[in-house]
Amino acid sequence: MLYIVITYLWASILLYLLLGGADFGAGIIELFTSQKNKQVTRKTLYSAIGPIWEANHMWLIIAIVILFVGFPVIYSTMSVNLHIPLTVMLIGIIARGTAFTFRHYDAVVDDMQHLYNTIFAISSFTTPLFLGIIAGSAVSGHIDPQAATFVDAYIFSWLHWFSVTVGLFTVSICGFLASVYLIGETTVEHERLRFAHKAQFFNIAAVICGALVFAAAWYEHIPLFDWVFGNWVGRIAILSATLSLVWMWALLYQGKIGLLRPLAGFQVTMILLTTTFKHFPNIVILKDGGYLSLTQHAGQEKTIEALGWALLLGSILILPALFYLIYSFQKKPVGYGGEAH
Amino acid sequence: MNDFIAARSQMALSLGFHIIFSCIGMVMPFFMAVAHYYYLKTSQTVYKNVTKAWSKGVAIFFATGAVSGTVLSFELGLLWPEFMKHAGPIFGMPFSLEGTAFFIEAIALGFFLYGWDRFNPWFHWFTGVVVGVSGLASGILVVAANAWMNSPAGFEYINGQYLNIDPIAAMFNEAWFSQALHMTIAAFAATGFAVAGVHALMILRGSNVLFHTKSFTIAAAFGCVAALVQPLSGDISAKDVAIRQPAKLAAMEAHFHTEKSAALIVGGIPNEAEKKVDFAIKLPGFLSFLAHGDFKSEVTGLDRIPEENHPPVSITHYAFQIMVGMGMAMMLVSVLYFAALWKKRSWLQAPWLLKIFALATPLGFIAVEAGWTVTEVGRQPWIIYGIMRTADAVTPMPGIAYSFYLFTAIYVSLAAFVVFMLYRQIKMVGALYDNSDHGTLTADHRPPTADRPLD
Ligand code: HDD
Ligand code: HEM
Ligand code: HEM
Repeated sequence: MLYIVITYLWASILLYLLLGGADFGAGIIELFTSQKNKQVTRKTLYSAIGPIWEANHMWLIIAIVILFVGFPVIYSTMSVNLHIPLTVMLIGIIARGTAFTFRHYDAVVDDMQHLYNTIFAISSFTTPLFLGIIAGSAVSGHIDPQAATFVDAYIFSWLHWFSVTVGLFTVSICGFLASVYLIGETTVEHERLRFAHKAQFFNIAAVICGALVFAAAWYEHIPLFDWVFGNWVGRIAILSATLSLVWMWALLYQGKIGLLRPLAGFQVTMILLTTTFKHFPNIVILKDGGYLSLTQHAGQEKTIEALGWALLLGSILILPALFYLIYSFQKKPVGYGGEAH
Repeated sequence: MNDFIAARSQMALSLGFHIIFSCIGMVMPFFMAVAHYYYLKTSQTVYKNVTKAWSKGVAIFFATGAVSGTVLSFELGLLWPEFMKHAGPIFGMPFSLEGTAFFIEAIALGFFLYGWDRFNPWFHWFTGVVVGVSGLASGILVVAANAWMNSPAGFEYINGQYLNIDPIAAMFNEAWFSQALHMTIAAFAATGFAVAGVHALMILRGSNVLFHTKSFTIAAAFGCVAALVQPLSGDISAKDVAIRQPAKLAAMEAHFHTEKSAALIVGGIPNEAEKKVDFAIKLPGFLSFLAHGDFKSEVTGLDRIPEENHPPVSITHYAFQIMVGMGMAMMLVSVLYFAALWKKRSWLQAPWLLKIFALATPLGFIAVEAGWTVTEVGRQPWIIYGIMRTADAVTPMPGIAYSFYLFTAIYVSLAAFVVFMLYRQIKMVGALYDNSDHGTLTADHRPPTADRPLD
């Protein structure tokens, strides 16, 4: 049962990265879009994610609940030492969620829209940045439960090159996912082209940030290179991700868009797989070389048992409904200009 | 401000904020379902308009409820890591089930908000009901988790260790039923009165009277029924508390000395130094009755409880008085309303009745906040009653005061935004939902157009 729970944890992190990530990315794109195109981008964005917006963000809650029920020591250690980035991320979540809703449901259209848009775009950037920083810090070996000073315990646990570059990498991945996703959401040729350019831009950004992550890891003596390339799973995953990327670009130039999304999703899945595979089941690496492990620091058996059943039962209820939701709105995207509901 | 007080204040602030949105998120879908049902049955456009107008409000509240809830699930660890380390695996069962309930709620909301004219009307209606049912389920589940803190169950506490954990037994602890029942009814009463009050005010103003009358009728029906039964469920809660947390009951009533035929105290200022209550009205025997259902029975006072385990008496006492006071006031309004409905239909149009409802708008939510203060402050100094002290659970990180200031600023501005947003929704009712009465449309207050439609 423990492995079922761990699979759910991993899957919800992945789905949050893919779905929530595309959602963040949409806001990031807005930040990088010229004034005159912003309106159209926003509309495409809204019709694409409106109905599933709420559901996309549930994956984070599922992951957190699994963590605090099943792996309380890991949850509380991270909560203590990463208090500050977690707080910043939460503020981002508050700002973003409310700005997104307010700008859509404000009954009056006036200058307030600028405020909502600005808050939405900025928090779309900071939230995944800090998510990445938190993930980077967990494995960086900078968390030190024995630290003597405030700065060592609560600041340098997350403020270092490796985490920051992981944060930037996460941001560019989100931008990339969103642009690829949006290509399929519009039928207007020049709009498509514009999103394709954005995808290209974020793809290059991701490659650069990825290189920076490796550089930072080398500088801070984090054996990232070994984690990624030191085993067959990592090598195959990276190779297939790269090949699929090439394939994706080839398809894009031929104007075939059907496979773009699955390919982009595949690449991100492979990235998460390589970075978590080698040091599984340890998800937090401490300064003294110790580990917090999903197998050793799991809750008591009965808890895991109950949690596993709750997750299995939940999926039976949720997944069909979720697929039907996505399916219905894929078929007929939310209309514009029609009846103002 | 010291870190411990700051952490408690931040928790109280976040929960006090979230509870308003979660009550509305739990209850409004039912109001909408009723309006929607009337629309499908009678085809009167006004019911469709009411449903749509409400669903806009609910979307705003839902999003705010969802983000504040997400914040809470992190805050439990950010502020109380030591508590979560031990409690997480024990009281986690309702939270893991709640995940499912939230998810279903979010999916159903997607169908409901975006599904107009796209699905079979009754399927669409049904998704709205699902939003409400899963919202209620999640409310009940979280309250079960909170009830566990009041009446810990499902583990053995041996030498500081939490052994033989049984998450199911923890979920069905002794307090879950009375708390969940009382909370659910409270959500209906509070939301019903708040919504009815706002619509009553609009009827008094004479704008879009038909629209607001239909809305008022639905909300008032729910609110008044709930307000009538709430004191009964409060009585169940009180009897429950008397058995499982005598210290809390004593603090609620500022009951310093153990006695038989104990008097119920109304009002008054607890004098903790001299262990008496000044200026109070005493109803002899009634506390014994409230606590044990017998006017003669003995009620444990604070004197039987070690000093270091006393909850703050004044806050708990005032909060309890406020809750009960609001409860009584709402019950009277309900009696009046039902009297009007059955005997004096002319009252229904009378401005004074509407004025009373308009004045009663905030009462339910004041009672909800006060009730939670009773529950939470009355449990102090324990975070897990009788097992772990709140002071031992707090995060070791210094500087929580700054975090508290920051969150206060955020929640205050968010609240201001939500009020502003609602004000704009209501102001636009004429233009968007009810063409019978064109409000004041000026250039910069134009309704949504094709390039910026409302949904
Ligand atoms: C509309 C709101 C409302 C109204 C009118 C009342 N209550 Fe209440 N009360 C709540 C809303 C509430 C609450 C916010 O929902 C609480 C907090 C925790 C809980 O389970 O319910 C609560 C808690 C609460 C508790 C503590 C339960 C515990 O700690 O487990 C008691 C003893 C009462 N109530 C008793 C009453 C009585 C005797 C009322 C008589 C009129 C009353 N309440 C009206
Ligand atoms: C939504 C309704 C709730 C409100 C308004 C509320 C209110 C409060 C208040 C006023 C305090 C501060 C008490 C004090 O410091 O004297 C508090 C503390 C706390 N509450 Fe609640 N509470 C609610 C529900 C819950 C639930 C559902 C949980 C958990 C499952 C919870 C967990 C806590 C914790 C961990 C603390 C901090 C420790 C403590 O002071 O006991 N609360 N809450
Ligand atoms: C008695 C107290 C509480 C009640 C009655 C309650 C009820 C609800 C309800 C009905 C919702 C659905 C959202 C809505 O309709 O607006 C919600 C949202 C949420 N609540 Fe609470 N809640 C309480 C306290 C808590 C606590 C203590 C936590 C955290 C541990 C929490 C976590 C959440 C989360 C994560 C969401 C967002 C889920 C979503 O997106 O639908 N809640 N709550």
